[in-house]
This record gives sequence, structure tokens and C-alpha cells, in this order.
Amino acid sequence: MSITPNLSKKQNAVAFLFLSPWILGFVFLTLGPLMGSLYLSFTDYDLFTAPEWAGTKNYAKLLGGDPRYIQSLKVTFGYVLFSVPLKLGFALFIALILNRGLRGLGIYRSVFYLPSLLGGSVAVAIMWRQIFSYDGIINHFLWNYLGYDAPSWITNPDYALGTLVLLAAWQFGAPMVIFLAGLKQIPQDMYDAAAIDGARPVQQFFYVTIPLLTPIIFFNFVMQTIGAFQAFTPSYIISDGSGGPADSTLFYTLYLYEQAFTDFQMGYASAIAWVLVAIIAAATSISFLSAKYWVHYGDEN
Amino acid sequence: MDAIETAPPALNTDINQITKKSKARSRLIMHGFLIFFGLIMLYPLVWLAVSSFKPSNIIFSDTSIIPRHFEWQNYTKGWAGVAAPFKIFFKNSFVVATLAVIGNVLSCSFVAYAFARLEFSFKRPLFALMLMTIMLPVHASLIPQYILFNAFGWVNTIFPIITPKFLAVEAFFIFLMVQFIRGIPRELDEAAAIDGAGPIRIYFSIILPLLTPALVTTAVFSFLWTYEDFLTPLIYLTSIENYTVPQGLRLLQASRGASTWGAMLAMSLLSLVPMFIVFFIFQRKLIDGIATTGLKG
Repeated sequence: MSITPNLSKKQNAVAFLFLSPWILGFVFLTLGPLMGSLYLSFTDYDLFTAPEWAGTKNYAKLLGGDPRYIQSLKVTFGYVLFSVPLKLGFALFIALILNRGLRGLGIYRSVFYLPSLLGGSVAVAIMWRQIFSYDGIINHFLWNYLGYDAPSWITNPDYALGTLVLLAAWQFGAPMVIFLAGLKQIPQDMYDAAAIDGARPVQQFFYVTIPLLTPIIFFNFVMQTIGAFQAFTPSYIISDGSGGPADSTLFYTLYLYEQAFTDFQMGYASAIAWVLVAIIAAATSISFLSAKYWVHYGDEN
Repeated sequence: MDAIETAPPALNTDINQITKKSKARSRLIMHGFLIFFGLIMLYPLVWLAVSSFKPSNIIFSDTSIIPRHFEWQNYTKGWAGVAAPFKIFFKNSFVVATLAVIGNVLSCSFVAYAFARLEFSFKRPLFALMLMTIMLPVHASLIPQYILFNAFGWVNTIFPIITPKFLAVEAFFIFLMVQFIRGIPRELDEAAAIDGAGPIRIYFSIILPLLTPALVTTAVFSFLWTYEDFLTPLIYLTSIENYTVPQGLRLLQASRGASTWGAMLAMSLLSLVPMFIVFFIFQRKLIDGIATTGLKG
């Protein structure tokens, strides 16, 4: 771009001045720590004495020697598997209704979006815990209107994770807003053309709306999956920081936190962290590989 | 279709009226469903608000939505806290969140300007790296970051929380602003350059003022996410006088007895009030920000 090498040097100097915050952050807070935790994952380190090389011991422990780790994997995969489809299902369903040109769209959208703005907070997790406790409002309804003596959802290992899945589903507003934006992008011509060809509304939905929306579905799916693997606050608050009852809400990140910052097993926790990176990378890669079979990117682009 | 086309005009308008009526009816059904569903969605929040005004001993037995009388005691008791008053937690939270806003707005707009407008070596690979960091889970760098900040003697200070914001670590804001700057006509920069303005002058006098909408979006999300963040303060802020609001709530929860239910719910609701206010003022910006960039909610 530049006329003389001199100017290019000056351009570079100015550009890197603007870039400097990010470069510092990237080197010292992202790349460096990333390498650091990779190294630590092969050591025993308790923060107070120097790290000791441990070879692949930490990873070997992850693979078989630690039942609580395996439990945290099960809990987290269960959470991702149920919460993501449920959340996206609600998001798409409500977005489709809102896209019918109803009045009051702005109000509905705000109401449905609000929970996803507040949902990650400690306050909402505390509220959720009260609502689903044994004498909480849900059980009052079940008893008063259905005569059903429901269990204590929060303290029962069979149901505790379910309340966390519901809390995630309650926050469907953010993907819904993205679906709505995607639905607005579908040109009316497409529907008109389909109608002329005799497609009924149901057929229009399956042959026009859904295919043209697949890029957005894909995007939401990937982002929500990545996010779900990293959920922390709800399980911490609802289980009182323990992952209980009986480790039934022991999220991956909660176990990582416990190993690193309450047991100071920094080496082992680093291995746990790196496996999380690997799991998220694998989940994302699989999604992208599968995309060519079901995601419809306009033929001409 | 055929039947409608061949029908006499009178019958045709009848059918039009019928479809109009059935359309109106289906609209009514949809509104009814959305209102019902919306009420279910908001019910937990309404329950929280109402319960925070009920005496602790009847919160669970009394399920009515309308409190019989307002019990301010929950608020006074909660505000006093168990080990330190909530005044301190709110102050700490606002300080951290405000600094996070300043940090993200400044650092991310600098970096975004470079990526969107300036030429430099390794621009494409650096841009790709920046995008990749958006997807990276924070847990990957959490432990070495802690070790680093611990070595600086920064544990139990706010520096570990705000330093990343001043170093543009939250890269989706960079991405948001790059997209926005690309939409600003280049002729404006070029005209300023002809008048002798360098990149720094152009950034401050042309780009920054026009970038305001993206800066507001960044500021709003930075505030909300830092304000509600629990993990980072939990790791770094160790003494009670440095706690943020989420930690204060956790403290109240951990020390609970039946008599503190009310106080806990009252403080939970109070902690959501700043978020409600930000939401009501900026809801358009928040929703547009999510719709255009797919930011997490």
C-alpha cells in the first residue's frame, strides 16, 4: 500500500500503537496463560512450592482414576444435551409466532428477552432455588391444584439438574432475538413464489423458512453449546457451592474451580481446563463438519 | 384454489370475509398464547418482588401475589448484611463495573480502528487470531492468570478484574466495533487526511464520534456482564470489604437461617434493580446489539 518503505514503517508504528492494548492482552493474558496451563497440566503444583514435573499423570487420572471428574463430565454433557435443544426450541417457536406481524412485537420481545439478560446472575439463581425448593411456589401449585405431593426438586439428585436445565431454557430470549433477525432477512418473494407454486403454509415452513434459517440455527447452536459447557454460577448457587446433592449438579467448571481454588491442585486443574478446551473445540469442529449436510448457504454465495 | 376462482363474486367476498375472520381469530389466539406464556416467564421475577416484601415466616405459606402489607424490614435487615453492609458491596460493584466500561470502550475502540482502517504487517493473521480468542473458554487461561496476578500481589484487589478490560481481552467488542467502523464512509477519513490529519487525529475527530452507537452497546454490555460476574470476584476478591454484590448475596445465602429468607430475597431483588434500569433505558440497543452480532445474552 505504501509508496516508500519509510512510510510503511511509520504506518506500522502508528497501527501497532493502536493495537498495543490487544497485543499486550493477547500475549500476557491469553497466549502466555494458555501455554502456561498446558505446561502446568503436566506438573504437580500447589501454588506455594515450585511445580514438579509429573508427566502424563494428571491426564491419566482424568481418564480413570477420578470418579468425581467422570461425574462432572456426565452432569455437564447431560446439561448441554438437554438445555441447548430446549432453549433453541423455545427460541425458534416464539420467534416464529412473533414474526407473524403481530402488534406489540417490541413489548413481547422485551418481555421474553429480559430473563436472558438477568439469568446468569447470583440473584436469579437464588430465586430459582427458592422457587423449586420443597416448600417453594412450584410445589404449592402442584399440591393445591393437582393434589400432587412433589419432591424437593433442589435437594433430590434425580431432579436437581433438571431445575438447572429449566433455568437455562428460561433464558431463551437472546437466541430468540437472533432468530427474529434471521426471519426478517428471508425475502417475501420466496414465500410469494412458493405460494404461486401451491405451497401451503406448512410446506412453506419446511421448504422455505427452515432451510433459509439453517445458518442462524447453526450459529445459535454453536454459540449456545459453547456457552453451556462453561456454565458456572447457577450450579454453584443452587448447590451451595458443592455440586450436590450427591454431585448431581457438579458442573465441569465447578469441579475445575474446586480443584484449582479450594484444593489448590493447580496442575490437575490445568489438565481439566485443557480437556475442556479440547471438548469445546471438538464439539465446534463436529458442528462445522456436520454443517455441510444440513446448513443451507444460498447457492449463489 | 380452483373453487375460489370460479365462484361467483358474491360468494368470493363471503370467503374473503371468512378468511378475514379466521385470521383475526388466529391473531387473537396467538396474542392470548403470548401473553399467557409471557406471564409464566415473568412469574418468577414477580414472585421475587412480592416475596421480598413479606415477613420471612410466611414467604412460603402465603402464595398470594398481592402482599397484605409491605414489610420493609427485609430491606433494612438485608441492607445491614451479615458481615458488612450491602452499601459496600454495591459501591465495589459500581466501581468495578464503571472501570470495566471505561477499559473496554477505550481499548477495544483503539484496536478496532487499527483493524478496520490502518495498514500494517500481519494484519490478516492477527485479525484471525483475534476472532479465535472470542471462542476460547476463559477457563483455559484462568489458572496461569491467577498465578500471574498473585505474583504481582494483586489478589484481593480489583486489578485482576479490570486489567483484562483495559487490554481488550473481551474481543467480541473489538469485532462489534470493526463491523461498525467498516460502515463509516472512507471518504470522511480521506478528506481529513488531505487536510493533513494523521491516523491519531482521524481516530479522535472522525471515527470516535461516529462510533458512538457501538460504544454505547459496548458500554452497556460491559456494565451488565461485569456487574453480574460471579466467578472472577469469587477467585480474586477474598476479604469481605472488597466483595461485589454477587458475593454479598452468596454470603447472605451461606449464612441463611429461616429468619433471613426475606432479607436474602430483598437483596436479590435490589441487586437486579440496576440491571432493570439499564435494560429499560437501553433495551433497543441491547436487542439490536444481539441481533446484529450474536453476542451472548
